[in-house]
Amino acid sequence: MPRAFTPKVITANALLEGDVIYLTAQDTWTRDLSEAALLTDEADAQLRLLDAAKQVDLVVGVYLADAVAGENGPEPTHFREEFRRTGPSNYFHGKQELSPSSV
Amino acid sequence: MYQYNDFDAAFLAERNRQFRGQVNRRISGALTEDEFKPLRLMNGLYLQLHAYMLRVAIPYGTLSSAQMDKLALLAEKWDKGYGHFTTRQNIQYNWPKLADVPDMLDALAEVNLHAIQTSGNTIRNVTADHFAGAAADELVDPRPIAELIRQWSTDHPEFQFMGRKFKIAVSGAENDRAVLKAHDLAVRMVKNDAGEIGYQVLVGGGLGRTPMIGKVLSDFVSKEDLLPYIEATVSVWNQIGRRDNKYKARIKTTVHEHGIDDIRARVEERFALVKKTFGGYDQVLLKEIEEHFAAPAFRNAPTTEFDSAYDANPAFRSWADTNLSDHRAPGYAIVTISIKKHGDTPGDATADQMRVMADLARQYGHDELRISHEQNVILPHVHKSDLPAIYAALRDADLHTANIGLVSDIIACPGMDYCALATARSIPVAQQIATRFDELKLEHDIGHLQIKISGCINACGHHHVGHIGILGLDRAGVENYQITLGGDATFDAAIGQRAGPGFAYDEIVPAIERLVLGYLELRTDASETFLAAYKRLGMAPFKAYLYPEAQANAA
Repeated sequence: MPRAFTPKVITANALLEGDVIYLTAQDTWTRDLSEAALLTDEADAQLRLLDAAKQVDLVVGVYLADAVAGENGPEPTHFREEFRRTGPSNYFHGKQELSPSSV
Repeated sequence: MYQYNDFDAAFLAERNRQFRGQVNRRISGALTEDEFKPLRLMNGLYLQLHAYMLRVAIPYGTLSSAQMDKLALLAEKWDKGYGHFTTRQNIQYNWPKLADVPDMLDALAEVNLHAIQTSGNTIRNVTADHFAGAAADELVDPRPIAELIRQWSTDHPEFQFMGRKFKIAVSGAENDRAVLKAHDLAVRMVKNDAGEIGYQVLVGGGLGRTPMIGKVLSDFVSKEDLLPYIEATVSVWNQIGRRDNKYKARIKTTVHEHGIDDIRARVEERFALVKKTFGGYDQVLLKEIEEHFAAPAFRNAPTTEFDSAYDANPAFRSWADTNLSDHRAPGYAIVTISIKKHGDTPGDATADQMRVMADLARQYGHDELRISHEQNVILPHVHKSDLPAIYAALRDADLHTANIGLVSDIIACPGMDYCALATARSIPVAQQIATRFDELKLEHDIGHLQIKISGCINACGHHHVGHIGILGLDRAGVENYQITLGGDATFDAAIGQRAGPGFAYDEIVPAIERLVLGYLELRTDASETFLAAYKRLGMAPFKAYLYPEAQANAA
């Protein structure tokens, strides 16, 4: 039996900055995982992934990443996605150095 | 040092012009990512976890002060004020923006630097002994031949779309400081019975998921045969190397599957054809290149300042004992500047620190710097009388850590903090180990010990050849670290043996501490290094320190 679908977000890197981005419910891109759309239906997720991947002049390397619903929107389930939404752990660089209002 | 001629400068300018056009077409949407990716990789531009990453080649690890100043400028102007020196004698910038990269490459071209073939399935940046041209144990400076290989391999039409990458290292010294046996191909300068200088050629070494020690392909290749011999070797592999499976595509697998004798026979056959096409121009070029690498005019002066500072200042003495190596000229020393301050990221230098090192090279070091695969910076030619002044300047720039070859002089790949391929972090593990042993104040007592950490099986952190190797993996969604023991990066190369089950992120540093403290109990005396003790005793007693609970349960 195929494995049950687990909730996902659509994520990629921005073409110009290389920055980690996520697809929102309005089909726009955000720098903030908590603003991403948490997709719970597999067919919907696959369709939106195809549409997102077509935006070749905006984004690079689109994929579905596992996430769970948290108090303030989606949260990562794997440490790789935790680093992607935060930044490196040796310097206060990347997303963590930017306040939420500035992203 | 090699200075570009008009041809080199025009070649690089044209290549940069082409890449600028490619970037513009990608930004405009005229090129898709699938079309653009191989083009950007050929020019050293990766996309990592948080941003693009530009990998700039430092051919055979040699830099002038003007080049180091330019690396500082790039860090400041287009990055976050620092650069990361790698185990491949490259520098990586972790935060460039796509649209800025063409300007970065143009700036590099002003000082004869580029990012060509620092990625992709090509012949990569040629690496060398970081003490080349300076070491007391050196037969010949290997850099002219390294430069010849760089020129020959750059844009070589036969070798632009190979099954996989191909890494070449060269050394001209008795001691191997370039990890020759871990390279696809290695050139070791030797003298034959007739007293002629030639090259021993090794092939089929490599780390990664299938670590292999390089084997001797030829014990002596004459000077004029070397380039066609290398071309024949790469050519043979390019024809018969596997393209069905990228994990079996490197030449180490080809050598393993065909056997070294079969490969040698094929290379000889191919060489007979290739040699005819060379016509001797490479030797004319090599002669020209050799003139660029003429030794500096070493001065003959007393070393009184050094001797008195050595006697008077214990901090200077400790640094001198650890960070200096024997130079071939009397009164001179090779200075290794540690960019492994305890708790800092191994291999990272700020723009300010790069400028300090460039200034020191300009003022005291015959304008030369080297980057080691051990992720440190070297001033290869320093008169000993200048060492107290150099030490003072390094101290002001926080570059005076006295730990070369010690437990905190750790090689670590970028790992999950930056790398898209990584399965676990390596930098914080290195930071914590260095900090812990600094607290224990045991580092100098422990003596020579190489810890090498990789954040995935691809082994950029050389964990297989660390006396203690640490490999970070993803085990069911959690970081887990495997320890290997007994690896050796010298010409006695050895692949470390796995000690047992892995350790969780918060267990790895205490495990390393138990292991190293255990070694202090096991060694015969302070002259027996960790590696020597391991070779004498084998795995079992070290394992007992790593897994005390298993030991207790068995008892």
